[in-house]
Amino acid sequence: MKLKVNGKSRSFAGAPFKRLIEVLREDFGLTGTKEGCGEGECGACTVLVDGEPVNSCLIPVCSVEGRRIETVESLGNPGKLSPLQEAFMERGGAQCGICTPGMLMTATAWIKGGGSAAPGAIRECLAGNLCRCTGYQHIVDSVARAVKGKGGGKRR
Amino acid sequence: MTSVGVSHRRKEGPEKLCGLAKYIDDLSLPGCLHGVTLRSTINCGTIKSIDFETGFPWQEYVRVSAMDIPGRNLVALIEEDQPLLADRKVMHPHEPILLLAHPDRAKAYEALKHIRVQYEALEPVLTMEDSLAVKRALYKENNVFKSFLIEKGDIVKGFESARYTVEGEYRVWHQEQAYIENNGMAAWVEPDGTVTVQGSMQCPYYIHKALVKIFGLPEEKIRVIQSATGGGFGGKEEYPSMIAGHAALLAWKAKKPVKIVYDRAEDMPATTKRHPAIVRHKTALDKNGKLLAQDIDVVMDGGAYATLSSVVLSRGTLHAAGPYECPNVRVRSRVVATNTPPNGAFRGFGAPQTLFAVELHMEKIARAVKIDSLTLRRRNLWKEGSTTATGQVLSESVGACEALEHTVKKSGYVRKVKEYASWNRNAKKKTWKGVGLSLVHHGAGFTGSGEVYLASKAGLSITEDGRLQVLAASTEIGQGTNTMFSQIAADALGVPFDWVEVENPDTKFVPNSGPTVASRTTMVVGGLVRRAALAMKEALAKEGLVLKTPSDVKKAAKLLCGSEPIRRFIVQYEKPAEIVWDDATYKGDAYGAYAYAALVADLEIDKTTFEVKINKLTTAQDIGKAVNPLLAEGQIIGGTAQGVGYALLEHCVYKDGAMVNGQFTNYIIPTAMDTPAMDVKIVEKPYSRGPFGAKGVGELPMDTPGPAIAAAVNFAAGVWITELPLLPERILKAINETQGQR
Ligand code: FES
Ligand code: FES
Repeated sequence: MKLKVNGKSRSFAGAPFKRLIEVLREDFGLTGTKEGCGEGECGACTVLVDGEPVNSCLIPVCSVEGRRIETVESLGNPGKLSPLQEAFMERGGAQCGICTPGMLMTATAWIKGGGSAAPGAIRECLAGNLCRCTGYQHIVDSVARAVKGKGGGKRR
Repeated sequence: MTSVGVSHRRKEGPEKLCGLAKYIDDLSLPGCLHGVTLRSTINCGTIKSIDFETGFPWQEYVRVSAMDIPGRNLVALIEEDQPLLADRKVMHPHEPILLLAHPDRAKAYEALKHIRVQYEALEPVLTMEDSLAVKRALYKENNVFKSFLIEKGDIVKGFESARYTVEGEYRVWHQEQAYIENNGMAAWVEPDGTVTVQGSMQCPYYIHKALVKIFGLPEEKIRVIQSATGGGFGGKEEYPSMIAGHAALLAWKAKKPVKIVYDRAEDMPATTKRHPAIVRHKTALDKNGKLLAQDIDVVMDGGAYATLSSVVLSRGTLHAAGPYECPNVRVRSRVVATNTPPNGAFRGFGAPQTLFAVELHMEKIARAVKIDSLTLRRRNLWKEGSTTATGQVLSESVGACEALEHTVKKSGYVRKVKEYASWNRNAKKKTWKGVGLSLVHHGAGFTGSGEVYLASKAGLSITEDGRLQVLAASTEIGQGTNTMFSQIAADALGVPFDWVEVENPDTKFVPNSGPTVASRTTMVVGGLVRRAALAMKEALAKEGLVLKTPSDVKKAAKLLCGSEPIRRFIVQYEKPAEIVWDDATYKGDAYGAYAYAALVADLEIDKTTFEVKINKLTTAQDIGKAVNPLLAEGQIIGGTAQGVGYALLEHCVYKDGAMVNGQFTNYIIPTAMDTPAMDVKIVEKPYSRGPFGAKGVGELPMDTPGPAIAAAVNFAAGVWITELPLLPERILKAINETQGQR
């Protein structure tokens, strides 16, 4: 089966009902995507499928055959962070970092979809991603900063 | 170019943001097996037999039971009562009995279904009340793991002269740490026989100590390495010693690397929780609401084994009287055994429980004395020169008043009390509104003589190629250890922040700087890092060298390393002479310094669903000095959010002594929507013994939300609830009861 992951085409020959998160982490070595609960509650495993955030712990790989998948590895690298990642550095959006890849993917979709910088709206958008460290405020600040185009995102 | 006080960017931030930081589940080890744990299904009793289903391919599996342990069957901590694997006797549900490993994770789990354990079950002891009544002796003859007594003045005299006497009982239950990364550990044996573990942890040297006993090996044959750790909050303080022991035994028997990574449904019910507590207050006051006597009784539920309960109780006891001056105090406390999984460390470590009680009790006192609780607090709070319940005279760095006044002013507390009272009289409104206030203190560092026993070491090294590295076993678990240590070392040494790195906690390379707990990392270990850096600076000064340019560092490396690859400057904790503490009488300087916080909760309750919506939290916290203001604020907001969960949402449902809602589907922690906007002010009343004036910040914010939110809910709904969490059904019940009384 063929998938498009972070712009590259990949093939997968294992069990079709293997969970997407396991295929990404084990078969493709993309361990940036994290598993916090395995039951669709925490959002740590969030990746984008055709631009939409999904919990990769819940979906079998066969259901995303041929579709466009983006993980945290598509965003930037330590030498060249993406504007959203820059905003997280600047505003303290990551503490222990385990929820961060999922948060970044949800926020990426939000920004691309023209989401607003209003804290209430951002909180609603992030409600499916649990974070136990930050109390969310610095994450909300980071995303707002990115939406406004300071250290990230397009100005809208 | 000072870095302390500047919000430098998180050192390891870029790796975390790019998904490159390696947490234990991200680490691939060639030939690695997956370990799983067979756990008890009863509370209390004896294992009669363990039957392995015939026909199942057991030859594919590695099995470890208590019999295989080469050294002692023990999780070494304070007491030596907890086995690594149950051997005949079972003391609680989910107690580990047997370990299995298989190259395929799913097959490893599958095998658990093909083992039958036969027990002879005994009637368990499940409540603190039954434990105190010694329904069955679980620990020694009285079930008491530890008890404390603090006495100051003469409470009998205090009550004799009282104008008002106010009594109250307060209750809190278990809370789950709910780090988003589950517990996990990998282990392997090096060709030279060194047993090595790597994983998610707060305290590498706790694990080191435990493994030495489990294997009966010399210290240098055990190596413990921290991997990136996805949150701890105390939950990875002691339990990782258990998992490390399990993984290491499997690896040692299999002669292959083994990884044990819990899933959520295993992690939540099996690992430690915050101790439930019952706290009773009886307080004497004069006509003006000045405290005359406090008589406080604390009972905590330790679960089946002693683990850290004695220390949790100690901190709970030392915070039980609140940040208030009172001439006559008695605090009696004990932590008891029950047939439930052991409770353990969780941010705040006993203090959130007792501070909830004393702060909510202040509201009750205010009602009785007929003054408002703000005035009551103002009349009694600690100032410089006040004497605590243990007789400690607070000579400096007391920011209770500043924290309180700032919070009250910024939140509009006084105005809102009036406004909301009139709002609540309007029956047409769809909500009730409330505001509530709390004021707390939190001792930084280990209790009493704890730091003396720990005798922590930390250092700074320079390698021959000119890398400056902080050496400490203090772990980065999200709180910013790496960044703060770099800032502290940089300033002490007089170099830019970027020149300093932090060595990964690995017992092969870093000295034992003690556990990453008790808000001690910045104040205590940071202080050691500063001294080590000063020692290096002094050694360089003797050679006439000041580090100004990168080439100076190269020169320093040559000078200091000579022909060695590395030169280490290690310093050890020294107790300041003026700190005096007596463990036997619980008198003296319980902590070097206290941090202070006040919080105002502003909320409303829906009159049909009884759901509480917090609109705003305003807080000011005196932490001495914010080494990194953004990180400190992050700690305050994050800790406060956990306190919001404790107050409103987090309810561990126990059935027959075991948690039955051990998943995020039914154990609810706050989301971004549940967590309100917070207004945070950092107050800096420097502590002369802390590095650059810093006290601890990690745990303090956990103490404030419980009592402030409870006070606000009671105000809004016109009820008197003395128990957390404030679930809608509990509020409804209280409303019905209150109306029934009218
Ligand atoms: S791991 Fe997928 S939602 Fe938690
Ligand atoms: S940063 Fe730790 S869970 Fe979000």
